[in-house]
Amino acid sequence: MKELSNSVAIVGVDESDEIGTLPNVSQLSLHLQAIHNAVMDAGLKISDVDGIFTAGQHSPALLGEALGITPRYVDGTTVGGCSFIIMVGHALVALHHGLCDVAVVSHGESGKSGTGVTRSRDTSLSGQFETPYGFGGAATNFGMITTRHMHDYGTTLEDWAQVAVSTRAWACLNPKAKFREPITVQDVLDSRALIYPFNLLNICLVTDAGGAVVLTRADRAKDCAKKPIYVRGAGEATEHTLVTNMRDLPLSRSTKNSGHKAFEMAGVTHSDFDHIMLYDAFTSGPPIMLESLGFCAPGEGVSFFQDGNSTPGGSLPINTNGGGLSYTHSGMYGIFPIIEAVRQQRGECGDRQVPGAKLSLVNGMGGMLSAAGTIILSHET
Amino acid sequence: MLPKCGDCGTAFFYPRILCPHCHSRNVGWIQASGKGKLYSFEIAYRTFNPAFKVEAPFILAMVELEEGPRMMSNLINIEPDPSVVKCDMAVEVVFEKQTDEVTLALFQPAR
Ligand SMILES: [Zn+2]
Repeated sequence: MKELSNSVAIVGVDESDEIGTLPNVSQLSLHLQAIHNAVMDAGLKISDVDGIFTAGQHSPALLGEALGITPRYVDGTTVGGCSFIIMVGHALVALHHGLCDVAVVSHGESGKSGTGVTRSRDTSLSGQFETPYGFGGAATNFGMITTRHMHDYGTTLEDWAQVAVSTRAWACLNPKAKFREPITVQDVLDSRALIYPFNLLNICLVTDAGGAVVLTRADRAKDCAKKPIYVRGAGEATEHTLVTNMRDLPLSRSTKNSGHKAFEMAGVTHSDFDHIMLYDAFTSGPPIMLESLGFCAPGEGVSFFQDGNSTPGGSLPINTNGGGLSYTHSGMYGIFPIIEAVRQQRGECGDRQVPGAKLSLVNGMGGMLSAAGTIILSHET
Repeated sequence: MLPKCGDCGTAFFYPRILCPHCHSRNVGWIQASGKGKLYSFEIAYRTFNPAFKVEAPFILAMVELEEGPRMMSNLINIEPDPSVVKCDMAVEVVFEKQTDEVTLALFQPAR
């Protein structure tokens, strides 16, 4: 994959017209708004799009139909919220080989309102082996990873709370963020107890939102409206679906493998990054990802979220959009950290801009650290 | 009962038609000891699943069986308090009959 580094660029990004609580906007409309907005952002036309990549309930064929185009390349890989990050890698390969010329990776999810949603999930295994004991939803699984991390490495509820505080500080600087009031560690510890080890403020939002990313080959990218942001590296991996089958719990093999591939392709190392986006469905997620990616020793990931490190003004900003914890989280959040990384690399982020950001890492999980996608983005080649 | 590979000897869970370690299809069943340790846990302060009728708070448990594999269950007969419940504590199975067809394997602190 090394020869593919920088061969493709992200040229358009945007959310749906609005994000938040949108009972009058269907899930399909969230997709279409995001695609339309991102294609406009690129200075392209919908009719230029000939590759559609999407995960979730709506197939790429449905999006093509709704847009009134006949794509010549489609991908519906659905391995959880990181699917969109993985699809940047898939789009890169397809574009590189000329299988399509303009690729759109699209997400739309009416996660809060359920408008235009058919509720159905694959519960064949969890339904047999977990649901009878009261399991249901992500918190009942991610908590297992978190409690064991606390046992193995001595991490504390205060440590996880610090992640929520740091992420909220970024959300305060993002006009699109849902929650924009600063919080303290004590606020997190005092928030409603839902399921130990998580209180309400340890868990992501539930919103309605769409997001889309437009990619094309580097030669064509130069003719688009905005500064191209090059895909320097991409990686993906899956390990399990059930947490009981996660071998290295509380660390993630899929995250480790995905990161390794992306770093190798980009020819970069940990200390090269000046901006990081991590999928934060739960406060314990980002530290565990940093540890699994090799940014620090196991148990030390929480230190990044203390003042002066990843907070505004810090040396290594993390989750500068306010994250799934405070900005938006429609369900499959993975498109949004890509959008933020592109905006940071373009220098469009106003009050929350990371000065001189040159190299962004985007890493997401699918399921319970079951799948992982990693991409490395830069405005420089 | 637990599935166990007849070639490499690995016990695993959930049951499937090939061994996830060596990929042999020579899979049989063994009688598990019912003993293990609490690998991780959560304490639910409300229900997360409308069909589950146990009153909160209750303990969701990930048990590592003596034979190796991990499974989800509930930990019962102990205070649902994080200062009392500890990872790696020894646990043992208790079978709880739900209906004539369904019996659940729950766990309690080992005696
Ligand atoms: Zn075997």
